[in-house]
Amino acid sequence: MTDRKLAAIPETTDSAEFLAGAREGRLLIRRCTACHKPHWYPRPVCPFCFGNTEWEAASGEGVIYSFSIQRKPAAYAMAYVTLAEGPTMMTNIVGCDFDALRIGQKVKVAFSEAEGGGMVPTFTPLP
Amino acid sequence: MSIKGQAYIVGAWEHPTRKAPDKSVAELHAECARGALQDAGLGKHDVDGYFCAGDAPGMGPLNMVDYMNLRVRHVDSTDIGGSSYIALVAHATQAIMAGKCNVALITLAGRPRSEGQHTGTAVRVVNPAVPDSVWEASFTPNTANLYAMCAMRHMHEYGTTSEQLAWIKVAASHHAQYNPHAMLRDVVTVEDVVNSPMVADPLHRLDCCVISDGGGALIVTRPDIARGLKRPLVRVMGAGEAVKGQMGGDVDLTYSAAKWSGPAAFAEAGVTPADIKYASIYDSFTITVLMQLEDLGFCPKGRGGAFVSDGNLISGVGKLPFNTDGGGLCNNHPANRGGITKVIEAVRQLRGEAHPKVQVPNCDVALAHGTGGLLGSRHGGATLIMERE
Repeated sequence: MTDRKLAAIPETTDSAEFLAGAREGRLLIRRCTACHKPHWYPRPVCPFCFGNTEWEAASGEGVIYSFSIQRKPAAYAMAYVTLAEGPTMMTNIVGCDFDALRIGQKVKVAFSEAEGGGMVPTFTPLP
Repeated sequence: MSIKGQAYIVGAWEHPTRKAPDKSVAELHAECARGALQDAGLGKHDVDGYFCAGDAPGMGPLNMVDYMNLRVRHVDSTDIGGSSYIALVAHATQAIMAGKCNVALITLAGRPRSEGQHTGTAVRVVNPAVPDSVWEASFTPNTANLYAMCAMRHMHEYGTTSEQLAWIKVAASHHAQYNPHAMLRDVVTVEDVVNSPMVADPLHRLDCCVISDGGGALIVTRPDIARGLKRPLVRVMGAGEAVKGQMGGDVDLTYSAAKWSGPAAFAEAGVTPADIKYASIYDSFTITVLMQLEDLGFCPKGRGGAFVSDGNLISGVGKLPFNTDGGGLCNNHPANRGGITKVIEAVRQLRGEAHPKVQVPNCDVALAHGTGGLLGSRHGGATLIMERE
């Protein structure tokens, strides 16, 4: 299965450190220093308690929460993956037979190189 | 303070066009405004409040107020996507209660069909100032696959099937056959729906709404003004609105904002789902209808598939007649926003002016509910309950 090239995540004040981590193969998420809950997508102000948040490395493992295969023009697998740390993130599932995907399947992060450089956090099924 | 009985919907008009390559969006808005005022028996100069949403070209209400040359003392351009116009009826009622306006005009219009939009599958434009888009656009979420992921999860948790979803389209098509303006007037079967091409698993082409040009407008006014007009009296009874997103990563695709807006509307109106004789339910996709019906309390969560099956939504056949104009699934989804047509068909039903083949007998209480934006990422929900006086 040839995967399509994804657009890069734009570098903003909120994403710069994440993108640096992604280049090193690390999936960074943010956790609140007040309520200690991690969240997604990353924000400096906690979406649960308005406390301050900081980056941490996630395990990169998770399970497929839901997905949908778009067939045209180039097939791709849109998905939500629930990380081992708790938050559920929007992503694509890559490097697999789309017809074999199922909810609850274990996946791990597989950074895909984006158009024009940069890495995008996609996921691939664990064997 | 409750909005119950504090304002009446006296004008409701749906543009008959479904393809308008020779009309501007502004012109469609103005034609809808004129149509709704004529329906109400009011004039242009009676309008002192204007309400619109993101389909109105320009800056909020400014450009359309100027185009129509209205003299208004209250404006509101709350944009919660296709559900906006349902919420705007409630906002107009609040403004009327507060003495901020007497005759509120709400318009919607657009021409995505003439402009060749591929609404469901088009790549969404990225604005890095929109915080979520930074983290999501790379994965090319689109309208179809964001709704499809809700359907996939619903099937996983509750055993909902494609055949059950298909019944929603079947019911809409049974109604659309009587609407001369509907885009899709052919009655379809469950087999037709599940055998139509897959757009985004598990949603087929016939699980999706139409892409159409057109528009609509509503006139909301004070009780004493409404009683002086010649139209049947339709009063606002209760409303609710809500926004649901990804909740910081606690994503739950099995329910919609209707879970919050619905109970608020029922409590304000003092009625229950069992009192609703007719329901306009936003139908961007079949799954949208199924989830909203559950969230509004027409059936328990997870039982929507059984509830919609076997024609239960078909007027004259089932227990809950819905979208008797054919809805967005078959009739019209102007500007890719179906909220206003939901209110218009509910008003037709309450007035007894729906097509005789789909008119609900003794239709005294009706509900309109909308979902705006994207059910699978972030969306608005608005519920409105109306009563014939």
